Amino acid sequence: MAATVTPQPKTNRIGLTVLDYRGGKTTLCAGCGHNAISERIIDAFYEMGIPPERVIKLSGIGCSSKSPAYFMGRSHSFNAVHGRMPSVATGAVLANSKIVALGISGDGDTASIGIGQFVHLMRRNLPIVYIIEDNGVYGLTKGQFSATADLGSKLKTGVINDLPAIDTCALAIMLGATFVGRSFSGDKKQLHTMLKAALSHRGTVMLDVISPCTTFNDHEGSTKSYKFVKDHEEPLHDLDFVPHFHDIAVEYDEGTSLNVTMHDGSSLRLRKLEHDYDPTNKVAAVKRLIESHEAQEVLTGVLYVNTTAPNFIDMINMTEQPLATLPESATRPSREALEECMEELR
Amino acid sequence: MATTELAVHGADQGAVREPVVNNFSIQVATVNGSGSQSANTVLLRTIFQMGVPVSGKNMFPSNIAGLPTWYTIRASKKGYIARKKEIDFLVAMNPETAREDVLSLGPGAVALYDEPLKLNELRSDLIFYPVPYDKITAAVCPESKLRKLVRNMVYVGVVARLLNLDMAEVEKALRKQFAKKVKAAELNWNAAKAGYDYATSSLTKVDPFFIERMNETSGKIIIDGNSAAAIGSMFAGVTVVTWYPITPSSSLVESLIEYMKAYRIGPDGKATFAIVQAEDELAAVGMVLGAGWAGARSMTATAGPGISLMAEFAGLGYYVEIPGVIWDIQRVGPSTGLPTRTAQGDISFVARLSHGDTKHVMLIPSTPAECFTMASDAFDLAERLQTPVFVMSDLDLGMNNWMSEPFQYPEKPQQRGKVLSAEDVERLGGFSRYKDVDGDAIGYRTLPGTEHPNAAWFARGSGHNEKSQYSERPDDYANNMDRLARKFETARSMVPRPELVRNEGCEVGIIAYGTSHHALVETIDQLQTEYGVKADYLRLRAYPFTRESYEFIAGHKRVYVVDQNRDGQMMELLKLDIAVADIGKLRSVRHYNGLPIDARSVTDEIISQEGK
Repeated sequence: MAATVTPQPKTNRIGLTVLDYRGGKTTLCAGCGHNAISERIIDAFYEMGIPPERVIKLSGIGCSSKSPAYFMGRSHSFNAVHGRMPSVATGAVLANSKIVALGISGDGDTASIGIGQFVHLMRRNLPIVYIIEDNGVYGLTKGQFSATADLGSKLKTGVINDLPAIDTCALAIMLGATFVGRSFSGDKKQLHTMLKAALSHRGTVMLDVISPCTTFNDHEGSTKSYKFVKDHEEPLHDLDFVPHFHDIAVEYDEGTSLNVTMHDGSSLRLRKLEHDYDPTNKVAAVKRLIESHEAQEVLTGVLYVNTTAPNFIDMINMTEQPLATLPESATRPSREALEECMEELR
Repeated sequence: MATTELAVHGADQGAVREPVVNNFSIQVATVNGSGSQSANTVLLRTIFQMGVPVSGKNMFPSNIAGLPTWYTIRASKKGYIARKKEIDFLVAMNPETAREDVLSLGPGAVALYDEPLKLNELRSDLIFYPVPYDKITAAVCPESKLRKLVRNMVYVGVVARLLNLDMAEVEKALRKQFAKKVKAAELNWNAAKAGYDYATSSLTKVDPFFIERMNETSGKIIIDGNSAAAIGSMFAGVTVVTWYPITPSSSLVESLIEYMKAYRIGPDGKATFAIVQAEDELAAVGMVLGAGWAGARSMTATAGPGISLMAEFAGLGYYVEIPGVIWDIQRVGPSTGLPTRTAQGDISFVARLSHGDTKHVMLIPSTPAECFTMASDAFDLAERLQTPVFVMSDLDLGMNNWMSEPFQYPEKPQQRGKVLSAEDVERLGGFSRYKDVDGDAIGYRTLPGTEHPNAAWFARGSGHNEKSQYSERPDDYANNMDRLARKFETARSMVPRPELVRNEGCEVGIIAYGTSHHALVETIDQLQTEYGVKADYLRLRAYPFTRESYEFIAGHKRVYVVDQNRDGQMMELLKLDIAVADIGKLRSVRHYNGLPIDARSVTDEIISQEGK
């Protein structure tokens, strides 16, 4: 027996430490909700044992879209143009369908300038985890309202928002996203669990994460402040997640819990807090969301999940090998093929 | 039985004129959506099959059905295939425009018209042939709702008889046209025959126009530039195609879809490609860049309005240095402009597309064969230079039918540029994405998914240093921009060289590009034979310009630059690049009425500027 053992750092199932999932130092404001989300992302990828080299991080423009620089430095990343990350992500996933795509956007980037591409990303059910770091304001331009700001919410300057908020979750559900959730950057356990489940899903995951802006939208009168969200959060269920590589059977009561088997075989357990909520029912989900606006609740949890709908890659019927790395022999038809084309035109 | 009016109106011209063989133009005026395109194609192909050089130009409205459309077929024994300005033989099928069509003809031209329209009363200096279309069509097409569609084939039969076309060739062309529709082929063939029989029994030929067999088209193909671009892209190994429908580029991708379905399904029954109809051109080009970043050969096709939307992404592609191919099938702008008419209107815009300092590589095909080869060139250049490459076609090239030599199989392997594998990264211990290692200002890149801890780099449209890290340092920014400028110099050495069509030390030089080429070869002949003016001619094939172009300008006293736009866009670009002493030599010839450029207009303009 060795007397002295150097303590080995903890590793995940592929032998990486959590440090291998870290990124650069954040330049966002202290206390920014986005930093907490970055931490949860690091933990989720680490715990799921996904090699960072197999991940791409994509973002648009804004505070949220800067954050991919602050986690998973071993992953390729693309900080694109404002509101257009979905198209860049779509192209990348088409080119390499084996890759895990993570899109980071903000409420301005998604719900205003990027609403068109957002809508069509959801509609295609492209395999991607799309996170909106949602604080209701434009941070980088110093605090103007965004389109997810709630009716009646107040800016620091005293300006009251007089337009209704766009509910990105309701929109995503209606448009065809197959895993839709809302969470709160301050709800560590829920967000962490939801992210792990998201990584087990093959289709569009849309997570709207309320992420307070400590500088421009954390004051009295704001509906996206830490205090307001803590006071008004209404979780639909407690989440538990058993990854496919954990071979443990956990008992659960069908009366109080719902079990969802994810694409990779992992299990998402929703311990019901609202007994009649069924996250596989689209109509009910949208109805409940609309009701939550009227009640001024911040409804959180997995709002909708569908593990049977085909995703965009399934629909295209592409060859297994990524298009990006197909050899010339697979992408240049034969001489005879060209001759055949020419003959038809003679 | 001859109609009496021929004796009255046509005989005096017809009797004294020498036969005009294989050198005239036919214009067919029809109503959009009436099946006229099939009839026109059959006529074009018949002449082609008889070995006579021929070209067809469709002048159509932005409309699905009901508005006037014109199709011009030019037979030219000398092989001139540009649009001919003067119409020799009019087929007036459209009552709406018939009057104006007839009035615009030159004296001595032929007008074939629908008998009840009595067009013969309009002029006395033309040759008129009446055709009772309704009567003939009713006899061969009992089903009244189909009559509108076969009516046009009747004119094909009449014209065949009058021009002495071989009906066996008409039948061959017609059966090719309706290859997949046997019933329609039969119906149309009967209509063509009925027209032919009518002409035989009821018309006396008094015009001088004839088609005689030649042997100038054997082995050649007929194809539009968009289909050629599609075939070229498929053989270039494109894997990701994105698009948003817009005239005149839609047929490029639609044709590509058909070819890819036929030739790019792997042995496993799975596609070796993805084609996505995007929500708009912003998304189309965003997907191209995403796919190019991830390592795919990706492309989109669009026209002016789409190019406008792509401006922001074009700058991103330039600055982040991502390959991608964008076909711009140019049409008349600004704004909606004339969506179904041709122009070279996007040259200066695309050259600098984006805010900030940006320069783009443009390839400029003149023929379908060049659409085919430049499809490969564009991908090779985009990947070697790690930048978006634009192929500047136009509506005339893209949508009209052209004779072409068959395309040659691409012998050159695909050039995928500087991409590091995991093994390369391991050997090097890491890399700096934007470092100019080789002195050509092109860095090395890795693709997402490369399995090495040091393989990742951060693609960002924000300021960055050599390691692709965020940087606002003045020297990082300036050094990077300077390297990008040097990379454009590298591009200059890689792009297709111009074609020196004639360079015999004349005083006058002409520079043209794209579809203007076909008018220019005719103009060069017209200048010499009609005015005794000898001119040299250089055809540009790419931007940035290369040494040959500068030397050509330096070597001539006066250089005409032919543009199909109002502002002389290519001339303006040349002015920015050439020696100051040479700027004064440049003279602009511009054609911008939406119609394909013709030789006569160019000749007249040059002669006028020459003071002759």
